[in-house]
This record gives sequence, C-alpha cells and structure tokens, in this order.
Amino acid sequence: MFLTPWQTLVMILAITLGTMLTRFLPFLLFPEGKKRPETIDYLGKVLPPAMMGLLVVYCLKDVSLTGALHGIPEGAAILFIVLIHRRKHNVLLSIGAGTALYMLLIRIL
Amino acid sequence: MKTEAAKEDALLGLRRAFAAAFPRTIPVLTGFFFLGVAYGLLMEQKGYGPLWSFLMSAFAFGGSMQFVAITLLTTVFDPVQAFLMSVMVNARHLFYGLTMLDKYKDLGKLRFFVIFWLCDETFSLTSSMEAPEGVKPKYFYFAISFLDYSYWVASTLLGGLLGGLLRFDLEGLDFALTALFVVLFTEQMGKRENRLPGLAGLAAALAALLAAGADSMVIPAMLLILIILLMGRKKLCS
Repeated sequence: MFLTPWQTLVMILAITLGTMLTRFLPFLLFPEGKKRPETIDYLGKVLPPAMMGLLVVYCLKDVSLTGALHGIPEGAAILFIVLIHRRKHNVLLSIGAGTALYMLLIRIL
Repeated sequence: MKTEAAKEDALLGLRRAFAAAFPRTIPVLTGFFFLGVAYGLLMEQKGYGPLWSFLMSAFAFGGSMQFVAITLLTTVFDPVQAFLMSVMVNARHLFYGLTMLDKYKDLGKLRFFVIFWLCDETFSLTSSMEAPEGVKPKYFYFAISFLDYSYWVASTLLGGLLGGLLRFDLEGLDFALTALFVVLFTEQMGKRENRLPGLAGLAAALAALLAAGADSMVIPAMLLILIILLMGRKKLCS
C-alpha cells in the first residue's frame, strides 16, 4: 500500500462522488413528472444506438493495428459475430461463439 | 402498511424478474468475471488487499475508472484530481441517464439503486430490452442492474482473495463484453430509425480515437455525437 488507510478511503470517496455525479445528474436535472424540453426527449431516442457505437469503439481503443497481430483477432471475431447474429438472432450463441473464436485466435496466431 | 398478500406479490414478481434477467446477463457475468479477477489481482499486487478491492467496487463501481485509479493509489495523495478524472472517465453515464429518464420512472425505492448501478453493460441491456410478458418492468430493470453489480463486486473480491491461485488461462475472456456491445449494436442497426444515429456514434468515436488518442477519446466523442445528433435532427426525425 502506497497511501495510508485513511487516504485510501478518501480516494475511494472522491472517485465514488465523481461516478455518482455522472449517474445521478440527468435524473436530478429532469425530475419525474416535470415537463422536459423536446430536445431531451429527442436525444433520449437517438442516443442509445449512438452510444452503442461509441462503446464498440471504446472497447477496441487499445487494439494496435501496427502490433504483432494487427488487430486481426478482433476484426475476425467481430465480423463472425455480426454474420452469425444476423443469421441466428441468438444473443448468447453469438457472444459465446465470438468470444471462443477470439480466444482461439490470440493463442494460435 | 403493506398487507401480507401485497408483500408476497412483490416477492413473486421479483423472483420472476430475476429468472427472466439472469440468462440476459450471462455475457456480463463472463466478462466481469475475467476483468474483476484481474482487477482484484492487480490491486493485491500493489498492496491493496481484497477488502480494498471490495470497497472500491462496491462504492465507486465503474470498471474503467477503477483501473485508472490503481495508478492514482500508487502516487501522491490527490483526491481532487481523482474526483475530476472520475467525472471525465465516466462522463458517458450522463447520456445513459438522459436515455433512461422514461424507463426508470415510477420505480419507488428501487430508483436509487438502478441509477447507482447504471454502468455501460447494464445500460446496454436495459436500454435495448423490454421486460418479457408477465414481468414487471421495474423489477426487471432492478434485477439486471443488481446482477451486473454483484458480478463485478464478487469477482473483484475473488480476484483479491485467490487471484494468485487461479491457474486457468483466461486471457481474452473479457472479449465477451466487446461481443455483447457488437451484438446489441447489430440488433439496433436492424431497425431503420436507428441506423443513422448508430453510424454517427461509430464514426464520431472513431474520429475522436484518431484525433485525441485512446486515453482521452470519451469526451470529444460525446461532444461530436451531440453535435451530429442535434444538427441532423430534422433528417433523423423524418
């Protein structure tokens, strides 16, 4: 341990406050039952697909295209997941098979 | 006062909700297990035992920030910097909240918890799924949120307790989370009205990654998404 236990507790508290602020703020700004600006309702509709796109990229942000594997395991596994999911529409199958393929590829390539 | 019958009704409703929620959270369980154990192990190696991993996960509850925080715990004590970084790394939750304003309505006492537990993975599930027939939405969202939260807390504790003893080669198991987002993204892109905002998110995130780099892509990406969505409002609404 680098910090004292009290310092560590304060750090945990500080990080908790930061996280909680980002989670609770929208609900505090737009409380239940109060009329919201139309723009907010519009954003609530279009943000989910946009944020899902962001999350996909966010998960892959540390993949190096110039590294030893050139991002091939990630690329191949994602392509496989999209194809199998469009065909079978089974969430667990797509994720299970895709993850298995990825784990295999990083071991054999 | 709640009557006995009402209490039993609530219990039955909760049980149904958990039965419906569990299979949907299995990908999260898989990914969180690997990442959580890795986190507990890393904390242990820096001299912060399982109790500290547990406290951090139970209260701060935010995977990416917790990994960043390991660095902050091994340098000069600076809680203000920790707070600000936590806000920046977690800024994407602001958009999750905006999306869930309607779904997380009329939740009563459960409301605090579903907001407290609103992480990337839980958002991806609750925002794209409706409660199945016969299951109350509020219990369904609560069950998904609670399960995801407990997977994370339990896995980090486990990693701190016996991470060193785990001899399985689990590398790559965390890809289950990437796979989960890819699958949910694919499903959303199946709906015509989601295509443009989905592509906008993907393009904005890629642009932010290329321009700002891996460690500071989140806020530029969010701003870009906001600008594109607001400017394209007429087109997207028609």
